[in-house]
Amino acid sequence: MRSLSLLLGGSLVGLFFAAALVSFFWTPHGVEQIAIQLRFLPPSAAHPLGTDHLGRDILSMLMVGARTSIAVAIVAVGMGVALGVPLGLVAAATRGGLIDEIIMRGNDLIFAFPALVIAILITAVFGPSALNAIIAIGIFNTPVFARVTRGAALSLWTLDYIRAARVAGKGRARISVEHILPNIANLLIVQGTIQFSLGILAEAGLSYLGLGAQPPTPSWGRMLADAQTMVALAPHMAIFPGLAIVLTVLGLNLLGDGLRDLLDPRLRRAR
Amino acid sequence: MSLLAIDALTLAIRGTPLLRGVSLALQPGQTLGLVGESGSGKSLTALAAMGLLPEGATTTGSITFDGRDLLRTPEPQLCRLRGRRIGMIFQEPMTALNPVQPIGDQVAETLRIHTSAPRADAHRIAAEKLARVGLPTDRIPPSRFPHELSGGQRQRVCIAMAVALRPALLIADEPTTALDVTTQMQILRLLKSLVAEEGMALMLITHDLAVVSGLADRVAVMSEGRVVEENATEPLFRAMCHPYTRQLFAASDHRPARTSLPLGAPLLQVDGATRDYALPRTHLFRRRPSFRAVSDVSLTLHQGESVGLVGESGCGKSTLTRAILGLEPLQQGRIHLDGQPVGPGMPPTLRAKVQVVFQDPYGSFNPRHRIARAVAEPFHLLPAPPRGAARRAAVAEALEAVGLTAADMDKYPHEFSGGQRQRLAIARALIIRPALIVLDEAVSALDVSVRARILDLLADLQTRFGLTYLFISHDLAVVRAITDRVLVMQSGRIVEEGPTDRVFDHPSHPYTRALVAATPRIPAHWVPAAPCPNAGVGQQG
Repeated sequence: MRSLSLLLGGSLVGLFFAAALVSFFWTPHGVEQIAIQLRFLPPSAAHPLGTDHLGRDILSMLMVGARTSIAVAIVAVGMGVALGVPLGLVAAATRGGLIDEIIMRGNDLIFAFPALVIAILITAVFGPSALNAIIAIGIFNTPVFARVTRGAALSLWTLDYIRAARVAGKGRARISVEHILPNIANLLIVQGTIQFSLGILAEAGLSYLGLGAQPPTPSWGRMLADAQTMVALAPHMAIFPGLAIVLTVLGLNLLGDGLRDLLDPRLRRAR
Repeated sequence: MSLLAIDALTLAIRGTPLLRGVSLALQPGQTLGLVGESGSGKSLTALAAMGLLPEGATTTGSITFDGRDLLRTPEPQLCRLRGRRIGMIFQEPMTALNPVQPIGDQVAETLRIHTSAPRADAHRIAAEKLARVGLPTDRIPPSRFPHELSGGQRQRVCIAMAVALRPALLIADEPTTALDVTTQMQILRLLKSLVAEEGMALMLITHDLAVVSGLADRVAVMSEGRVVEENATEPLFRAMCHPYTRQLFAASDHRPARTSLPLGAPLLQVDGATRDYALPRTHLFRRRPSFRAVSDVSLTLHQGESVGLVGESGCGKSTLTRAILGLEPLQQGRIHLDGQPVGPGMPPTLRAKVQVVFQDPYGSFNPRHRIARAVAEPFHLLPAPPRGAARRAAVAEALEAVGLTAADMDKYPHEFSGGQRQRLAIARALIIRPALIVLDEAVSALDVSVRARILDLLADLQTRFGLTYLFISHDLAVVRAITDRVLVMQSGRIVEEGPTDRVFDHPSHPYTRALVAATPRIPAHWVPAAPCPNAGVGQQG
């Protein structure tokens, strides 16, 4: 059962990564090619997923859009890891102390704000762009990673090999990097895939509201926004971007589940 | 007819044979001690008798309970047997109870599952059962939660649950291993009286020969999935027909050959050490209450000496250990090592003079570091640690000193057994040649035969490297085997100290007397003097 979710999730995610990579070199049609006479075409041999209201090829748009989604999600998750993991390690190393308290209450503060409202605020102040979407999503990823890291690190700090390292004169920073981090890496990878899928969803949501990547850069969320007034006329315009989002998020979640089972030695032993 | 008859039981998990033809019989009202080391199959035998086989297990043979073959009984009927006709007590009372349910409810639950007793009746009976196991309603009301009880009290709750329906058979798997000796004695007494009063049969699983000698009518010794010897208790101890039984007996009372080193200068001096822990705030504007874990403790260790520190859980010995290792500060008092003050900020050169070996061989190593890296970790304390080939040579030397080989340094910790890991932990402590090694329950988690070999190793290393040991343990037999002098600690204070043999043979403080009295012992006149009456038969298993 576990290998099934790993396989399915891996192939779905692999498919979308491949599509994004291929789009750098080749797409069936140019995404900035506007041909009004070809608009609203249903799927056919020339346009496997049909065309939109400007006559652009939807398959090509999805391939290039995958690039935007993946780039925004990767950078945002990377930002969450880069900020959240060190904060979590510091909090665990100073557990019960003032620094721990400040970090964790700061986390609670970010958690308490509705993420979308802050994202809208950021784009309202700095203008809508893919970069601002990245920053907004990244900020909300940080406390998630800080919490996961702290929780996992706390249980490790009580182990004997950590005490042995302290007897060997190693400081908190060194123990955190040498002993704690490698042992929570699998947890972070799993959390990373889940945050990645949430990042894709968030990017689509922001683009849908017109706060993400700007035209003419294609983006899944904006394709959906464009399609919504024409759903009755050309349903394929909404269905295919929607499917792309659903399948990618599903794929990442399955991959996360599969990885967790694969990397967790306790579950591995129960095999 | 036997209450429980196990006949030629074999059990394999995914092709690995774990039980190889176990045959046992238990009469109603009888107590059977099942003794063996870890991996001998004793717990698996008990689980099979409960019908609780692990996933993927294949069995042959039969387990007949009350005239019914349990291996061929469908699960719904087994559920009706468990709890009602067969009760079970586990080793770890901390995890065997539901932390969010009052103890009375948990005992009543057993009653309500198996009988149609109305709620009020079930609770009344539960309260009676709790009172019977030594938790009277006026002192420990059934509305208490497990975290409000001590380990021994929790084990009493587990026993109340197991005997609530007066089962014909009670299975106790290492019921006292996680408990202090004085608590162990009380729990064993309770089990003995319950068996006598209720006419239950008891299957007592333990690694400790001394425990069964005082409780069991019959004893079965298991090794590698077989029963190697089975007999009535006293004749078994007197004869010890099987070499494995003899070996187990010898190991449980093993005293390594030690040459006492001439005492050198004072190495470790603790003067009036006091350590308080802050407790949670009870009132916003009041000072946080505190708990005094170590109170005005003074002790001196001389170079080349081996000193034991004995006490039950919560007596402050771990707190004192952390202070001696310089991991935590003291509120009052001073600790000096080799004349220099010890504390969290002590310089690396001083820290290099004290190393430690912990109890749990599985938690002592980072699973992701190779042995070479793990064992060399204390080199961090040296101003110019050896590198490259010199470092590997030092690791190889340390590994060879503890009886392992240089080739082991490229392996990972999970490739070693518990005893080997404890050797690795000793190698890690030894590698920078400390003057003092603190052994914090260092052999408590090991099987008796492994423990005997580790004690031999420690005695040998002490002579070779002129080490000083501070040996912290709750196990009096171990402390007696390896130390010259002993300190007895109770509630944060040292209540008695002196030469080990004198303190244990003629204890003067009431607490030491209680400790010594509570330690289970095989009756001295049961020594295996007589030659085996039918030696050939016993050797077969």
